[in-house]
Amino acid sequence: MSFVRRNWLWLLAAIILLAVPFLFYDWTKGRHSGFALTLLSEIGVMAIFALSFNMLMGQAGLLSFGHAVLFGLGSYCTAHAINAVKAGTFWMPIELVPLVGGLGGLVFGYLLGWLATKQRATAFAMITMGLGELVSAAALMFMAFFGGEGGISIDRVMGTSLFGISYATPWQVYCLVLIWAFIAASLMKLQTETPLGRIANATRDNFERAQFVGYDPRIVRLLQFTLSGFFAGIAGGLYVMIYEIVTFDTLGAAKSANALLAAYIGGAGGFFGPILGTIVVVLLQSGVSLISSAWLLYVGVLFIVMVMFAPVGLIGLIGMHTPIRRIGRLGELVVPYLRAFPAALSVMLGFVLMVELASNITIGAAQGKKFAIAGTLIDTGSPVIWGIGLLGLIGGAFWLRIEARRFRLRWDALIEDAKRQGVVV
Amino acid sequence: MTAIALNDVRKSFGRTEIIRGVTLNIPKGERHAIIGPNGAGKTTLFNLISGRFPISGGSITVNGQSTADLAPQEINRLGLSRSFQITSIFPRMSVFENIRCGLLWSQGYRYSFWHLLGRQKGLTEAAEALLEKLNLTARRNLLAGLLSYAEQRALEIGITIAGGADIILLDEPTAGMSHSETDYAVDLIRKVSEGKTLLMVEHDMGVVFGLADRVTVLVYGEVIASDAPAAIRGNAAVREAYLGTDQH
Repeated sequence: MSFVRRNWLWLLAAIILLAVPFLFYDWTKGRHSGFALTLLSEIGVMAIFALSFNMLMGQAGLLSFGHAVLFGLGSYCTAHAINAVKAGTFWMPIELVPLVGGLGGLVFGYLLGWLATKQRATAFAMITMGLGELVSAAALMFMAFFGGEGGISIDRVMGTSLFGISYATPWQVYCLVLIWAFIAASLMKLQTETPLGRIANATRDNFERAQFVGYDPRIVRLLQFTLSGFFAGIAGGLYVMIYEIVTFDTLGAAKSANALLAAYIGGAGGFFGPILGTIVVVLLQSGVSLISSAWLLYVGVLFIVMVMFAPVGLIGLIGMHTPIRRIGRLGELVVPYLRAFPAALSVMLGFVLMVELASNITIGAAQGKKFAIAGTLIDTGSPVIWGIGLLGLIGGAFWLRIEARRFRLRWDALIEDAKRQGVVV
Repeated sequence: MTAIALNDVRKSFGRTEIIRGVTLNIPKGERHAIIGPNGAGKTTLFNLISGRFPISGGSITVNGQSTADLAPQEINRLGLSRSFQITSIFPRMSVFENIRCGLLWSQGYRYSFWHLLGRQKGLTEAAEALLEKLNLTARRNLLAGLLSYAEQRALEIGITIAGGADIILLDEPTAGMSHSETDYAVDLIRKVSEGKTLLMVEHDMGVVFGLADRVTVLVYGEVIASDAPAAIRGNAAVREAYLGTDQH
């Protein structure tokens, strides 16, 4: 029972994640939605990747611009292993295949980390950026390993399952991703509670002090980098299982940037932050990109807004409510939140409308697309619709300012009360 | 037995020689203070002994071993630990974790990623005992960066001594403290340096004459006197160079 009580959050997450695909289940045809399952699997893989990125950034204060290199190399190693198993070179159960990616990430993490961790801070970031470009460029040169622009294709139906599962359907792959995501996430969580994990925090806070308690910050960085590579590699291995192909863009700067976005938007300070960030980023990427060609702009704006107004990320914003919850006055924030909500919505809708109009008269027009809201065709040249957008954006911004000030007063009063009660210092 | 031996130690930054041939022997178990006017090179001397900067000339031994070419962490492992003039702690970690980080290496955990810290009873108890000694038990779970200045100084002394080093270097441990805080810090230093070698830089003469067995006066990178506190007080050269103009 105490296991359940201690790990209720994990168990709850597992139940929800197993249930979510059934929301998209096609009961008439009796099968899962392939799109939903692939999207969820992608979230699982990217969550492992973002968490492994945060082992560097959040835990050790190391900002890497080339983390996808370890992810991608893990993918390639896994792809070659699967093809070798198919060819009968050696035998390996399919369930353990992502481990090959992990080991690949571990080995390359050590090799590349040996170079990158000679430095810290900005110099470290620059080296990782260089390594990212280097490996991406190498991917197009070494055909045998990287397969050039076409990449390496695999067939995940290997027939070597320990449980007799074929992994022909997205549902089976999703379950495998889920299991590995839980294993990887819990191992990474446990790692934060080991001597290395804590000393990584210490070198992040004050590397010189860490030296004067006996630690070599270089070795701390290298070990942390190597372990982070292991988990990035597992994510890469699962990626191949989902898409049955790996190409050089798994190694690229855009993939690295995804981890960074997820960690920042979700919050690098808390362990679970990058998972929240991953959900947001993947939904924007795979969901919003279907309806809007300006989705990348939304990701960018969200990133800027988060860094400017909430550098602690989503998890940090949630965490800020803890003292108010402890004094039992969280309910008093409901009304201020409800009042601010329509104002914020107005700003957002106004902004989205303007962006969509602009993108429709440029990219959209070139592609011969029509702009419709709820089935009604919109004349993108009409000043009225631009006026509505502008009003929503600017009027909403003023409205939001007023509500935000009101909210602030309430918030400060509650925090003051929490201080009086000794909940916060 | 000698804890720290400096032989004609020199240090230059560019063309400027900051430490100009310092020879000093500090026997085991001595409480030793270094005083001198601003810019005399006291903190630089600390940085040389602890390996933060390499020396330009001469030699330093710690517990009988030469520290030439050793990194700070390697000198630390010889049994020498230091604090800083500007408070140096782990601000985003809890007070308890600060102390525990100070203990980890000496308790043999090294770079382990297979021990769960929550299960290391001995380690937790050792950290808690030290917190009690520092009077910081009530602050156990607070982020170190949120402590008051005096508490942060106490915490830094705690991190410094946690690893069980037998040579402790404290750089102006009472700088910026009120009278009562200073009294408390002096008590704490006396308590934690029991049976150990203590080398400290200090400006507060009350603290120096109250704590030190021997005092070395450093002026412009040179030792002008090294003697018992009473003798230093009566030394004419010291009076002229230092005490006469800067008496508290």
